[in-house]
Amino acid sequence: MSVFSLRQIEKSFGGNAILKGVSLEAEAGEFIALVGPSGCGKSTLLRIVAGLDHANAGEIRIGGREVSQLRAADRDIAMVFQSYALYPHLTAGQNIAVPLAMRKLSGAQRLPFVGGILPGQRQICSDIQRQVQAMAVSLKIDHLLDRKPGQMSGGQRQRVALARAMVRNPSVFLMDEPLSNLDANLRVHARGEIVELHRRAGVPTLYVTHDQSEALSMADRVAVMIGGNLLQLAAPQVIYDDPSHIEVARFVGQPRINLLPGQRDADGVVQFGDLRLASSPDTVGTGVTLGVRPEFVSLRAEGQGALAARVERLEFLGSEVIVFAKLAAIGETMLAKVTPAEARSLVAGQMIGLDMEPSRVLLFAENGHRLPAEQISAQLRETVHG
Amino acid sequence: MADAVLTMSPVETAGRREARTAWLLASPAILLMLLFIVLPTIAVIVLGFTDFELGYGSFRFVGLENYHELMSDRTFRKSLWNTTVYTAIVTPVSIALGLGIALLIESEPRGRSFFRTVYFLPVASLLVAMATVWQYLFHPSIGPLNTFLALFGIPGPNWLGASSIVLYGLSIIGIWQSVGFNMVLFLAGLTAIPRELYSAAEVDGAKSSLDRFRLVTWPMLGPTTLFVTTISVINSVKVFETVKTLTEGGPNKASEMLLFTIYQEGFVYLKVGYASAMTVVFLAILVVLMALQYWFLDRKVHYT
Amino acid sequence: MMTAPMSFGRVCRLSLLSIGALVFLAPYIFMISTAGKGQSEIFSATLSLIPQQWAYVANFTKAFSRVSMGNLLWNGVLVCGIILVLQVIIAVPCAYAMAKLQFRGARIMMSLVMLGLLIPIHATALPLYVAFDKLSMLNSYTALVAPFSISVFAIFLFLQFFRAMPDDLIHAARLDGMSEAGIVARVIVPNAWPSVTAFAIFSVVAHWNDLFWPLIVITNQGYATPPLGLLFFRAAEAGDDYGALMAATLIITLPLVIVFLLAQKRFVEGITMTGLKG
Repeated sequence: MSVFSLRQIEKSFGGNAILKGVSLEAEAGEFIALVGPSGCGKSTLLRIVAGLDHANAGEIRIGGREVSQLRAADRDIAMVFQSYALYPHLTAGQNIAVPLAMRKLSGAQRLPFVGGILPGQRQICSDIQRQVQAMAVSLKIDHLLDRKPGQMSGGQRQRVALARAMVRNPSVFLMDEPLSNLDANLRVHARGEIVELHRRAGVPTLYVTHDQSEALSMADRVAVMIGGNLLQLAAPQVIYDDPSHIEVARFVGQPRINLLPGQRDADGVVQFGDLRLASSPDTVGTGVTLGVRPEFVSLRAEGQGALAARVERLEFLGSEVIVFAKLAAIGETMLAKVTPAEARSLVAGQMIGLDMEPSRVLLFAENGHRLPAEQISAQLRETVHG
Repeated sequence: MADAVLTMSPVETAGRREARTAWLLASPAILLMLLFIVLPTIAVIVLGFTDFELGYGSFRFVGLENYHELMSDRTFRKSLWNTTVYTAIVTPVSIALGLGIALLIESEPRGRSFFRTVYFLPVASLLVAMATVWQYLFHPSIGPLNTFLALFGIPGPNWLGASSIVLYGLSIIGIWQSVGFNMVLFLAGLTAIPRELYSAAEVDGAKSSLDRFRLVTWPMLGPTTLFVTTISVINSVKVFETVKTLTEGGPNKASEMLLFTIYQEGFVYLKVGYASAMTVVFLAILVVLMALQYWFLDRKVHYT
Repeated sequence: MMTAPMSFGRVCRLSLLSIGALVFLAPYIFMISTAGKGQSEIFSATLSLIPQQWAYVANFTKAFSRVSMGNLLWNGVLVCGIILVLQVIIAVPCAYAMAKLQFRGARIMMSLVMLGLLIPIHATALPLYVAFDKLSMLNSYTALVAPFSISVFAIFLFLQFFRAMPDDLIHAARLDGMSEAGIVARVIVPNAWPSVTAFAIFSVVAHWNDLFWPLIVITNQGYATPPLGLLFFRAAEAGDDYGALMAATLIITLPLVIVFLLAQKRFVEGITMTGLKG
């Protein structure tokens, strides 16, 4: 039974379609990263799930309830904002207490002086204090409880924001790029902390980010959104190795995947420069794209290998070297990821050969959809190892 | 080597040149500041210790005699009292109304421009002229206000002519004239509040407008409110145009206000020394008000 | 922006705003209405807004004949204009020097400026009046303009602006060989324009409205500014002809109101900017 689900969410604004029918289902305790380039609609989707924005069509279910008509305060969700949105005039402790105070104390009980006289208020307040203290301890910010956000570092504020979200034990966590305001090295450290917190809390989380490596490293499943469409929802390894759409392949992976244009003739034979592959004759359209990740491209001596290329430049990354090579047959540049040892003898301008690992070659149709692997026939293996 | 020690380095010459330019640019301002601000202020303080009267040749120093006289001067004391009452009415009401209208306008997408213009119009209008209009509105027998009240059977008072009511009449005009100004400042403050705070408040469970106001709006408006309060108080204390135009302090000193009293003593009765002492008191009040704002509340209200 | 449906809350809010707007506009409505009524109708104390007998022409003629309106308005424009020009010319270089140039007087200047902000014309009026009297300079444009030529508030405002301006702009101009004066004219002034217009609005409104100082230094009607002129008109008028009185106030109020209505956005921006910096 899914813990929260979205069905066919649509949203337009001023004639532009921002979300074009997005559906998603999350299992209990799952961490789903919603990733995509800027403007793809992921933040809008998050706000719609939160109840801060309304969809034009579609259904949202949280914990089995249909909540699209409910306002954010009634949906039993918690959210961490990109800028943390901490109340600047309250201490960290008071910030964390707000969600509890809003729900457990009535308006009168929350009044500064008068509230204290009302019956039961003191008991509820001390309960709240206990919960806040426990939460702060688990996030290691209990020494900051009396400080205001303006007196804390970015990392500390981020943890206070997390604490505020977690203290209520909601049904769903929503996070809107919570790490993008941190320094790079702090970010990597914080990633681990969030994953650990999520594991302990066991609450399904929808995490929005534009950083694909962040999404891949943190999530149980990754949802790739581009141009208002949810293109693929799968485990990180699947997204990486088995993308269902060319845009997914293009967005994920560092350095970027190699994409070569090709033509399919009437017999279903696909041509890539001086490389020929066979595919099924009833593929859609005549244009296809071949995709292969740089780590699956290997170097051969000049005259050997499936493709002839000239070395343009080398990028030294420490543990590996990226070789930029321009294909002789078509003008495209291909990237190959090799060890420093292999690249030692290379110079710019040198002619080399390139081979691709056949099981790692991806084929995409004109409309971007991935063509199933079995369409690359045995002839490829013969051609390549030829 | 010796040359380098004796002559100025290029950096120093550049520095000297910069300083010279700076003095050149600032000198007119400095001169005028001395002439029109510093010297007159010192003069006022000094004159406060004399019995100088314009038209009389000589004058002598009388020490604190003027101030002693002020303390027992019934008109001056009434003036202080009236100014205090006026300020105590106009300031809170015009701030509350300014805030209320700003909140209403902010939450209502339609007609924002129109309402803002209407409420700000009094600020942009000539006060002496509008005071005259209000005099007509307030007229006890032919004024529209009393005629309107008469429709409900309420006998309208003599707004500007009865000593028990005149302060309220002037206060109404003062409020009318300053609400728009406060409103504009509050509107600016409201738009500066980050929207995400309201989203966070919503997620945290703040459902009603009152909740949102208490949790986000009011605290975030702190600096603006402080500024508006200071400006309002100081402007109220400086009330003059309406008094001079409409009541001349009457009836029976019931609407006598600080600046008007100073004007009367100094420029009508020409008792410059005495009026200077009053001016010093006036200035002291302004300084104290400004200082209060800065020292006590400024820190409390800025969160960074 | 999508307009929400008319909920009960919205109706309430709009009603409140509209009723309030009506109350705030009431003086203007009655001013325009009464300016067109004859004496007898005014004294009948009706609430009707449309005059039964249109006396606009009569009232306006009377208003124009008693006090020279044109002269008043001209004086107002002249005085406010000269004051503004002087204030800007004197304040801008000074603020620039304080913000961008290193010189030893900067700190003392800063204290002077902060002090000056506390002291209104009302405090310095007495000695200034005595001085002008001794110099026989009362009843002149000089007397009206001189004390305001230095605006500490202007210095303060432009100082904030210049401080916020990136130094690199000026360094680049220096590298290009511009003289200090050239920098002021060709880099500073164009960039400072929004601040200047904001201040201009503040200054013009303040001095157009000022009654205190003109009242003190002017007794000759020829030099009267609008507020003073209206005071003279009221004195000249027996005090009962409300029709003519309203006509006079209408004429005098109109210029600034028209400017305001045409330049509303600028007005509000101006007040806001001076307020936020203050």
